[in-house]
Amino acid sequence: MAVTSLKIFRAAVFLLFSLLGVAGLYFYLDYEFIAAVQIIVYVGGIVVLIIFSIFLTHGSGGYMKSPAWGRIIFSAIAATLGCALTIGFINNQSFSANDKPKVIPSAGEIGAQMLSTTEHGYILPFEVVSMLLLAAMIGCIVIAIKIKIPTQKVLKADIDEPYETIKPPVADSNEPGVAIQ
Amino acid sequence: MNIGLPHLLFLSCALFFIGIYGFLTRRNMITMLMSVELILNSVNINFIAFNKYLFPDKLDGLFFTLFIITIAAAEAAVAIAIIINLYRNYHTIDVEEVDNMKF
Repeated sequence: MAVTSLKIFRAAVFLLFSLLGVAGLYFYLDYEFIAAVQIIVYVGGIVVLIIFSIFLTHGSGGYMKSPAWGRIIFSAIAATLGCALTIGFINNQSFSANDKPKVIPSAGEIGAQMLSTTEHGYILPFEVVSMLLLAAMIGCIVIAIKIKIPTQKVLKADIDEPYETIKPPVADSNEPGVAIQ
Repeated sequence: MNIGLPHLLFLSCALFFIGIYGFLTRRNMITMLMSVELILNSVNINFIAFNKYLFPDKLDGLFFTLFIITIAAAEAAVAIAIIINLYRNYHTIDVEEVDNMKF
């Protein structure tokens, strides 16, 4: 339903419940830390971000156009065939169960192994992913910032004046967004 | 009934292809982003299931899941920044109508 509902806000709410279901699956498998991270990041972060962007772009209750029937049919055929193929592969594959002693993945153990530099440590991906998050954050700000006027003229003209006398930027007619339309 | 590894793989397979279906049919950028989130979640289920049933003495699948969640968050943030900027310039987020870079 998250992929078929024509009301975009309902699609977001259905997505929220399916993500909660996945978190419940992690709870069932005794990986409580992953379940908590799933709830915090997906339900608390990404779905809220999606709902915010829906409000910013659509308003609350807009209907979307129904997709073309040909596209629906071909996508359904492709998805069903791919699903059947994968299920056939899984059915033919026999998995050998492993009876080694189980590691209880507590939060402390996860943290210790993630920050260790030994053979099974994950310090390098941790650092890389932190740099990626920083780059993504800066990129978001740079993309989403609204540039009113070219900044160089303003800086040279107003650099000696006190802050109160700077006039508010006049919306120029050759602003890029207006020019494209 | 005991739930084993194949059942979880069936579930993640179904979730993956639901995401594929949504990605192919939807033409709205936000809903396409939702489909991508579903696909990434199915991959996470796969990692966790393999780690639980085949290698219960290690934690590697769990770390992969954590990193995938992080990258999904970064990707969603960047995608939503792009979507908002696009809406500001074009007043639509339909991928069929934003075709200025198509040649």
